[in-house]
Amino acid sequence: MRYLPTSDAIRRRMLRDLGLNSVDELFRHIPEYCRLTRTLDIPPGKSEPEILDFFRAAASDNAPGFTSFLGAGAYQHYRPVHLDTLIGRGEWFTAYTPYQPEISQGTLQSIFEFQTMICQLTGQEVANAGMYDGSTALLEACMMAARVTGRDGLVVARSVHPQYREVLATLTRSRDFPITETGYLPSGRLDLDALRAAVGGTTAAVAVQSPNFFGSIEDWEEAAAIAHAAGALLVAVIAEPVSLGLLPAPSAADIVAMELQGFGIPVGFGGPYAGILACRESFVRSLPGRLVGEARDAEGRRGFVLTLSTREQHIRREKATSNICTNQALCALMASIFMATYGKQGLRELAQQNLAKAAYAAEACRRAGLDVLFPAPRFHEFVVKPRRAPATLEAACARERLIPGLPLGRFYPELEGALLVCATEIIPRAELDRLAAALAAR
Amino acid sequence: MPTRASRHIVQNEPLLFEVSAPGKQGCQLPPLDVPPVELAGARPEITDFPEVSELEVIRHFTRLSTWNYGVDTGIYPLGSCTMKYNPRINELVTRLDGLGDGHPLQPEALSRGALRIMDLLSRYLLEITGMDAITLQPAAGAQGELTGILLVRAALAARGDARRKVLIPDSAHGTNPATAAIAGYQVENLKSNPAGTVDMASLERQMTADVAALMLTNPNTLGIFEADIHRIADLVHERGGMLYMDGANMNALVGRSRPGDFGVDVMHLNLHKTFSTPHGGGGPGAGPVAVKRELEPFLPIPVLTRRNGEPALDYDRPRSIGRVRAFYGNFGMFTRALAYIMANGCDGLKQTTEDAVLNANYVRKKLEGAYALPYATPSMHEVVFSDANQTAQGVRTGDVAKRLIDYGFHPYTVSFPLVVRGAMMIEPTESASQAELDEFVAAMLAIAEEAKTQPELVTGAPHTTKIGRLDEVAAARQPHLRWQPKR
Repeated sequence: MRYLPTSDAIRRRMLRDLGLNSVDELFRHIPEYCRLTRTLDIPPGKSEPEILDFFRAAASDNAPGFTSFLGAGAYQHYRPVHLDTLIGRGEWFTAYTPYQPEISQGTLQSIFEFQTMICQLTGQEVANAGMYDGSTALLEACMMAARVTGRDGLVVARSVHPQYREVLATLTRSRDFPITETGYLPSGRLDLDALRAAVGGTTAAVAVQSPNFFGSIEDWEEAAAIAHAAGALLVAVIAEPVSLGLLPAPSAADIVAMELQGFGIPVGFGGPYAGILACRESFVRSLPGRLVGEARDAEGRRGFVLTLSTREQHIRREKATSNICTNQALCALMASIFMATYGKQGLRELAQQNLAKAAYAAEACRRAGLDVLFPAPRFHEFVVKPRRAPATLEAACARERLIPGLPLGRFYPELEGALLVCATEIIPRAELDRLAAALAAR
Repeated sequence: MPTRASRHIVQNEPLLFEVSAPGKQGCQLPPLDVPPVELAGARPEITDFPEVSELEVIRHFTRLSTWNYGVDTGIYPLGSCTMKYNPRINELVTRLDGLGDGHPLQPEALSRGALRIMDLLSRYLLEITGMDAITLQPAAGAQGELTGILLVRAALAARGDARRKVLIPDSAHGTNPATAAIAGYQVENLKSNPAGTVDMASLERQMTADVAALMLTNPNTLGIFEADIHRIADLVHERGGMLYMDGANMNALVGRSRPGDFGVDVMHLNLHKTFSTPHGGGGPGAGPVAVKRELEPFLPIPVLTRRNGEPALDYDRPRSIGRVRAFYGNFGMFTRALAYIMANGCDGLKQTTEDAVLNANYVRKKLEGAYALPYATPSMHEVVFSDANQTAQGVRTGDVAKRLIDYGFHPYTVSFPLVVRGAMMIEPTESASQAELDEFVAAMLAIAEEAKTQPELVTGAPHTTKIGRLDEVAAARQPHLRWQPKR
């Protein structure tokens, strides 16, 4: 077995040292009926080439090399080469949680920088070191809002990612948090009147996404005003961090729940990703997840430590703010490297390119005579009605190595037949034209 | 001095923001091939956001990385964390075209390969655990626990027997009580007996008609196999409850013993512990949950099933608890774990378990006497000592740990489990060679000597690191959680 540094001769020597004849004696205290007496029904160990063959075959049975217009919370952006070079260093990816700060300053300083960049982007005062993803970040944000306000009602816009709302429903059911969902207008934006009517004295949080699931850009100030008028908190949901290169920071929100995948984390069939929570400083003791703070040693040198851990499960157990124990550190690191690489100008330019590609694609669809729904300003996604039914369209496009977008009927029955299309900076103009033609074909 | 450490230049590196200067950029986008669009109401520039070149990015994150210690650096005997080797082939297969860039919402007909990977991993994990059905969706161990407890809740509700409490041994990980509380249960503590295992008399008394589940880690956090497991399972079942197993310590059992065979109803696995997916400095992990037949209808959607002999996704599950995470969970961890299982195979998996247990017992034998062993019960994959022999000199577990750093080792887990005062929890894993174990043991013995003769050397450690002990109390009192420019 190539991963094991122990030979049979060494095993025998070690057993002899322990006064044992056989390794079985080390398992003797396991009651007999608990012992597995047969060999596991798994093939014997395989070599690297055999493993590679298996995975290459599996990979080619997906859609390698296809042009894809799927977004919906998982976005394809160019990942600079040095991203994988850097995170491929064993000191990053084979380290544990930085509980021993003296030999974990690399991880700790990088998280401190991460928290800072997230604050700069979101206009919030504090950011944690990471959550599992956007969907669970929304859940944690809502539970946090309930702790802060002492209320339990949740009002969630239907234009929040449908799977984020499903996660929220699963985890809040056992705790009886009543959820009210409010609709969207023909413009694609939040129905503010419906929102105002749904929010009341028992509302803990109002959750709004921007760009929303249809790609439309919401107004944080308007949503915040409605939430605050009722004494509730505004939870700003952001599924595409690249949008913050151009869109206004959600500084009017009380808590930001954001997915970071768009910042250099591979689309990779849906995970691993990383989420974050950012909030006002006054809420910091209600914030779940890890936090890194600056500290000094006895000689006054600057260093970084995990801090305010009395919020966390390993100290507070059943009284903790959450049961979360990880912070998706390596994914957060990818996001940090991505943010540092693009930087102030690059991130803006990147967002502008995404905006322009989607605008061009939507215009090409309109010119082809297609109905593009939701006229409100959008970022890099839009909703369009193709001429063919989604299933037919999908099958036809697959033959041309094209994935035209996400059929929305599954999530919004009223939008049956419509497609959510995402065009990021990596799609060349010719492919945008090819998409419009495919959608317009009968 | 028996040490792996020697002196070496370490580069200083300021914060990114202190390296930054206006006008620099670390990337170049291709020219835009469509007309630019102006967005009304775009934000002003992001104040103080970094501006650095590509080389500065490389140097920054490379220098930072050298301040870390990883499994690649050396033995990482952090108890309860299973810091084993992270094979490189796992990283390669995860990034293959068609997998690394696969979209979670692409049509099933274009996801056959991904589904086959999930299906094969599921089957292997079921074979390893002896359970009936599985979900790969939970993003981490703690989310697996929550999923498992929500499954228990749903199954008991279906029996018409909703209950209010969850029993948790005092030796459990903190995530167990936190999870039960978040799932809406009242947490009741279960005391350990002098052998370090579940106290049957207490269980007999506390396992009432109001208890939904017992959350048990087996082997427990003391590294001890619960020898009474069948009586525990029987009692919990007789009283109408369910047995949840925290699979954090599965590295002691694979190929040797199966939870499904000793009465467990629901359990989670940590792919980042037992199945070699990298810890990444604190995640990502993955926490699949395996269940017995009764809980299967409640598994999160989508459930992996078969259609026309091919793996497929089933969303039509009316009794499901719903979704616990967007998409399918941490898919990139599935490829890694599967590659690990394939590389080991049945023979390697069993050998791995045996070596992990052998290594822990070897360390136990060599350190016994120099360090106090609170429980004489046989150890599995980890051993817990205490600092009782050192406290008279004012030396505590945290000090010995810091001194180990000077000797070139990552410390063991400090002060956990809570049932042992001054705990030193050591899990060498199968990845430590005998030579490394001997070096580690020699360092531990040297520190035990220092604790007697020059305790201040130990209590003042580490002496050789880039920074000394940080003032964590001051850091928490006046939290400074982001960089701010001096204006």
